[in-house]
Amino acid sequence: MTPDTTTGDKTAGAVAGGATRGGVLKGGGIKGRGSGRPGGADRDSAGLSLTLRGLYRTFGTTRALDGLSLDIQPGEFVALLGPSGCGKTTALRIVAGFETADSGSVLVDGSDISAMPAAKRDMGMVFQSYSLFPNMPAIDNVAFGLRLRKLRGPDRHRRALELLDMVGLTDQARQYPHQLSGGQQQRVALARALAIEPQVLLLDEPLSALDAKVRLQLREQIKGLQQRLGITTLFVTHDQEEALSMADRVGVMRSGKFEQVDVPDQLYANPRTAFVAEFVGTMNRLPGTLTSARDVAVLDSVLTVRAGAADGLAGDVDVLVRPEGLRIKAQPGGNGIVTDRAFLGSVSRIGVRLCGAVAVKVDHPSAHAGDFTPGASVQVSLPAEDAVLVAARP
Amino acid sequence: MAALTEIAQSSAPVPRHRGRRHRRFPVWRWLILSLAGLYFLTPLYAALKFAGVKAFGQVAHQSGFSSALGLSVRLAVITTVLTLVLMVPTTVYVHLRLPRLRRVLEVVTILPIVIPPIVLIIGVLQVAPASLKATPDLLALEYVILAMPFAYRSIDTGLRALDLRTLFEASSSLGANWLTTLWRVVVPNLRTALLSAIVLTVALVLGEYTMASLDLYQTFPVWIVLFSQDSGPVSTAASLLALFVTWVLLMAIVTVASQSSRRRGGAEVTLFTVGRQETGDSR
Repeated sequence: MTPDTTTGDKTAGAVAGGATRGGVLKGGGIKGRGSGRPGGADRDSAGLSLTLRGLYRTFGTTRALDGLSLDIQPGEFVALLGPSGCGKTTALRIVAGFETADSGSVLVDGSDISAMPAAKRDMGMVFQSYSLFPNMPAIDNVAFGLRLRKLRGPDRHRRALELLDMVGLTDQARQYPHQLSGGQQQRVALARALAIEPQVLLLDEPLSALDAKVRLQLREQIKGLQQRLGITTLFVTHDQEEALSMADRVGVMRSGKFEQVDVPDQLYANPRTAFVAEFVGTMNRLPGTLTSARDVAVLDSVLTVRAGAADGLAGDVDVLVRPEGLRIKAQPGGNGIVTDRAFLGSVSRIGVRLCGAVAVKVDHPSAHAGDFTPGASVQVSLPAEDAVLVAARP
Repeated sequence: MAALTEIAQSSAPVPRHRGRRHRRFPVWRWLILSLAGLYFLTPLYAALKFAGVKAFGQVAHQSGFSSALGLSVRLAVITTVLTLVLMVPTTVYVHLRLPRLRRVLEVVTILPIVIPPIVLIIGVLQVAPASLKATPDLLALEYVILAMPFAYRSIDTGLRALDLRTLFEASSSLGANWLTTLWRVVVPNLRTALLSAIVLTVALVLGEYTMASLDLYQTFPVWIVLFSQDSGPVSTAASLLALFVTWVLLMAIVTVASQSSRRRGGAEVTLFTVGRQETGDSR
């Protein structure tokens, strides 16, 4: 295997270099484009809207999609996030045309493409597994879709080289897939998907087979290209960090439907359900009791939560709070004992066992975390504004 | 011919430098190798001694030799083409769309080995139209059935080494239809498996005697048997020549296929063995 010699700097340079050219895909003039496509007219790099309308799909007795609906704006980058089996990949495959929905429809730029075969949808797709054609060098892989579109040899070659340059792999143009590292293969796959000027770019966990460093580089590269080309993108992942850092909006899925579709910071700060709260980021769950419409007894004190936070709840509740939402200070005879401490860079994550055997994680600036050694007595408190209330677990 | 295709599942590199312990070749292995060598080479040596050197020069000048060899080669070509045209799309389709039928297909394709050729030929002669019986091409159709177990297993093994679904979906997302994907993506990646299938089919056709004899066509093996009544040494020399030429051809195919395969990252091709295509690592 050839080591991935292309560094993050080179990658960034390639993206920046492409940007100065104003985008290689514009004005490429692939023959036959514009006719017979959903929406009809030619388009520039602004992207097309994508709509999923009431998608249902059942495999045997398992309902993979349960009335999934989503509107994606032109040029928007939306991530589908959820645990294994939540239906996110099924949704993507239905959009790509590899699966058929039991009911519901997929619209591109307002036109229903549900009955259209995958080969006619103009959806660029990057797969989780390495999907390059092993018998072709990188440049032929990229040119494959152009060849099917009857682009002439010299033009095809030039455009394939431009796309390889865009992903920083010009030097590897003549190498076969087995001579490329995993990260390089996925970049060629990305160039191949973009070569056909797809209506929508579909990414099916393209980074999950890569190691952490390459994943980070490729994540930035994909996001940079998507922003520059303005291509509507649907990205499936089970990695919340990827979803939150790359997408304009993230749809958190569970059991075939959305729990919440929102921009990343809202998803993190204001999760609408306990599932979203606990799936996205690290969340502490503290037992509490509602003593009035907005007062909840938790951690030996009574908090007045924000209006609406306790709507529909009564009696025993669970209070959800992020590690950075809890306060901690060293205090003999406090309400908790430090169990562990992990250095995360600027903050340290401190594990505390509270009275009643409740374990919580508290983030504290590393510069001031020296006192919180395992066994130390601490006082953990909770500001009211950070509390999210949900029904207590049975 | 008994050795069928196997798959080298592991892509882990084999260490080039083995330890001293591994380099030693125990005596009992030499013994078994020598016994096996004696078992296979003694008849060949006996045949060579019986034929004598002069007989080899006379083979090509015997009556019926050229037509018999020509017929066998023609049948080998027709059988190989028919077998590949039938088996490649079928096996790909079953892998892709009907994976549950793979077991059934395996059982069906093993039938020509289980059922004796004489039973097959009697059945074929019962149902074949007269026009077909009048041409030796009927033999090619029969050989397709005989070659099916070997061809299927070669192709099946080659397909198992590919991520067929992903290749088809990737190709489809780029605008290719089923046939385009089959021709431009799948078949080139089955090169090694197809060569194995071709090698096995050709070897089978060039050596098949029972069906040709019962169909009353003088293929090369039938000619050898018939000619042995005229001249035993020349007939034996023809057998040895056929064996040698076939062996050289097979080795040539394997060598060329191995070089081609290695250039594209595939495994080395040994007779009837196909290795898994290498893929990049996670870097």
